[in-house]
Amino acid sequence: MSNWIEVGKIEDIPPLGARVVKNGNVDIAVFRNNKNEVFAVNDECPHRKGQLSQGIVHDKSVTCPLHNWKIDLTTGEAMGPDEGCTGHYQVKVEQGVIFLEL
Amino acid sequence: MKEKLVVIGNGMAGMRTVEELLEIAPEKYDITVFGAEPYGNYNRILLSPVLAGEKTIDEIMLNDLQWYEDNKITLYKGVTVTGIDRSACKVIADDGTEVKYDRLLMATGSEPFIIPVPGSDLPGVISFRDIHDVDLMIDAAKTKQHAVVIGGGLLGLEAANGLMKQGMSVTVVHLMDWLMERQMDRVSGDMLRKSLEAKGMNFMLKASTKEIVGKGKVQGVRFEDGSELAADIVVMAVGIRPNIKLAKQVGLHCERGIVVNDTLQTFDPKIYSVGECVQHRGLTYGLVAPLFEMAKVCANHLAGYGIGIYKGSVTSTKLKVTGIDLFSAGDFTGDTTTEDIVVHDSHQGIYKKIVIKDNKILGAVLYGDTIDGAWYFQLMREQTNISDIRSHLMFGKAHLGDSGHGGNVVADMSDDTEICGCNGVCKGDIVKAITSKGLFTLEEVRAHTKASSSCGSCTGLVEQIMESTLGGDYATPESKPMCGCTDHTHDYVRQAIRDQKLVKISDVFTALKWKTDDGCAACRTSLNYYLISTWPKEARDDSQSRFINERAHANIQKDGTYSVIPRMWGGMTTPVELRAIADVAEKFNLDTVHVTGGQRIGLYGVKKEELPLVWKDLNEKGLVSGHAYGKALRTVKTCVGREWCRFGTQDSTAIGIKLEKLTWGSWMPHKFKMAASGCPRNCAEATIKDFGVVCVDSGYELHIGGNGGVKVRATDLLTRVDTEEEVLEYAAAFVQLYREEARYLERTAPWIERVGFSYVKESLVDDAEKRKSLAERFKYSQEVTRSQDDPWEQRATGGVDAHEFVPLKVIG
Repeated sequence: MSNWIEVGKIEDIPPLGARVVKNGNVDIAVFRNNKNEVFAVNDECPHRKGQLSQGIVHDKSVTCPLHNWKIDLTTGEAMGPDEGCTGHYQVKVEQGVIFLEL
Repeated sequence: MKEKLVVIGNGMAGMRTVEELLEIAPEKYDITVFGAEPYGNYNRILLSPVLAGEKTIDEIMLNDLQWYEDNKITLYKGVTVTGIDRSACKVIADDGTEVKYDRLLMATGSEPFIIPVPGSDLPGVISFRDIHDVDLMIDAAKTKQHAVVIGGGLLGLEAANGLMKQGMSVTVVHLMDWLMERQMDRVSGDMLRKSLEAKGMNFMLKASTKEIVGKGKVQGVRFEDGSELAADIVVMAVGIRPNIKLAKQVGLHCERGIVVNDTLQTFDPKIYSVGECVQHRGLTYGLVAPLFEMAKVCANHLAGYGIGIYKGSVTSTKLKVTGIDLFSAGDFTGDTTTEDIVVHDSHQGIYKKIVIKDNKILGAVLYGDTIDGAWYFQLMREQTNISDIRSHLMFGKAHLGDSGHGGNVVADMSDDTEICGCNGVCKGDIVKAITSKGLFTLEEVRAHTKASSSCGSCTGLVEQIMESTLGGDYATPESKPMCGCTDHTHDYVRQAIRDQKLVKISDVFTALKWKTDDGCAACRTSLNYYLISTWPKEARDDSQSRFINERAHANIQKDGTYSVIPRMWGGMTTPVELRAIADVAEKFNLDTVHVTGGQRIGLYGVKKEELPLVWKDLNEKGLVSGHAYGKALRTVKTCVGREWCRFGTQDSTAIGIKLEKLTWGSWMPHKFKMAASGCPRNCAEATIKDFGVVCVDSGYELHIGGNGGVKVRATDLLTRVDTEEEVLEYAAAFVQLYREEARYLERTAPWIERVGFSYVKESLVDDAEKRKSLAERFKYSQEVTRSQDDPWEQRATGGVDAHEFVPLKVIG
């Protein structure tokens, strides 16, 4: 059963930026790229748990601020030679409002 | 529909081009590859270790058949292309296959040169070029005794060494007076011969082959002087020739090789060519590094990007014979207009010769100790003025104030020696990654092993490991591109920003044809800095192109909390400030309070949401950001100076405070530290800072380019001045020169070593006008960017970047 939760408006997130949604004990990083696509993954790098929401966003990926791992925002998977995965969430944007499937 | 690319030649140059192409334009072409050899693509350089029994064929494969399948490349292996119909745009192979092309890449490589003497076609005469030749030699060694290798160059000696390892008795026959005369001078060539003789190799120098004798098979070699040498096999290794048979046959313009322009295009605009078969600006190449440089440029043009030109390569050589260290690059002979520096220790078997012209290295030969080969090669390619380091040059990079990793010889290290201390990577890990994954560049090794990807201090060691694993001709690019998003260097990009007055990151992407839409973490941070430092008034800071520490104005810690370090001008503080810090620590439960190395106090464990609250409390007592998180002025450390100390000569605390008030808040290529000591006892350690002041009785000594971190480097003494005003002017001018000319993330120490201390001194001391205008530009930049408006206050009470510090939503 899908449970779509409204988390905010797209303009609340700067282009090529991220914000955090606190879902109980879990932090979810919500990203917006330059094409106004929105992605959501657990705010925890599979490497050393760096906060991905604090990284630099490019295309559909983010570079972790701790050790420069690159994470694919569509899947939560580490890119390139690195291996690991953080959970990702379904996202929809309707009339500028962002919903996460939780 | 996709265009069709046909590649003739399944060797290193052709496949490297395809790999580069797949990286930047994976969907552009349907690719078909023809290879005359019945294998995937293998590392031809490593045939010598295979012959010597040190590696297997499997270990030297670069692209196995799976790779072709994965990338949807049609491979015709063991199939030779016999014709090209250029008007119908199709290639014709010996098995009858015909394939049409939109673009054709000829990478036919080279073929061994067989000297045309009688008997050269006898069974038992072998060349040394491919896996088949190596198989023949290994088979022969099983049953036969005597081998003669004709040719005492790189290839011949590697073949001879391999055959000897396979148990044969080997004589090398060479036409010239000494071995490897194209890479070595007589002294080093003779040293090489003695070392190889000690290993059991025999030599005949100045010997001209007249005939290979034998009935139905090789039995010996006869020379011009009538003498004869018995032989069961003869290996011809006198050189290679570009393989241009097909190109000539189909009417492509060839001289010694297939003639190409700077984009690797032949005289037929649909046909490109790379590798040993080409002739570029009159030169042909037989080493791997130039092939890779060509591949990069060619792929870019095949992809339709149309940027990048190949300007030719400077090459270096290393012999892959275990236990023999030699290195050669450039013009090592010299003439009447050049100078030599020579070190020769015959007892230890060490010989080093560097040829210099106009204070620049023209070439080098090293024998016995080649650890600094890569460094000399770099100085040579970058045309660095070596007058400042001339007296240390022969003793190597380790003697240039580098007390970090210098002086280690990687060849002698065991596999479990830790190379990268940041990421815990051992020598064995790196070697294994290089050989098992077929890595050739420093970037690839960094990506796969993480070695040298954090602080970078082990980069030299990693390069040495690459060199000893791959041979001397591993791919060091002529000039390193900024990152994977562009082929342009830092210096090129910055010049373009200046010349074309680019003021936005997106303008740079368009003007310089960036390969990615948004860049990456490496290039965006660099570009943002170059824009705001070049156009302080016109460019706007892009906070999404800043590393988190500079975006949040606090240092992220490994648990995701932040540290807060307020500024304490010149290391001075007051009871009010200390009380404010103590109050904040208690109010926000910050248990860790630390006195930093730069005379400041750090509070650790601050939650991001609470940063503005912490800053507000500190601001109220007059404390501002200490920029401990930024590529900017960190601290000015001082001693108490003349006011209190019985040895103090000047007011070092006052000058320290003035320096800090002058320069704080300015963004720089990297962090920047200063210190002011009140006397030559130098308690503030000014001689390991980026800019240091040592007070003396008559005035102030100004020191630059020190570093106490990764590599300890003592400063160079810039000059001595009489007044505080002069100290401040020099400081502003030095900071501005560094801001305008150093590459992003380059500290002052490596920057000064790169451009030369003399250059900096000329700009600041000898040229008073330049100094004054630099200082003016610094002040202008400080004013127009309002860099001394406290960033903490802007965020604590000014409402700047509020979204940065609060969650988007809290659920549950």
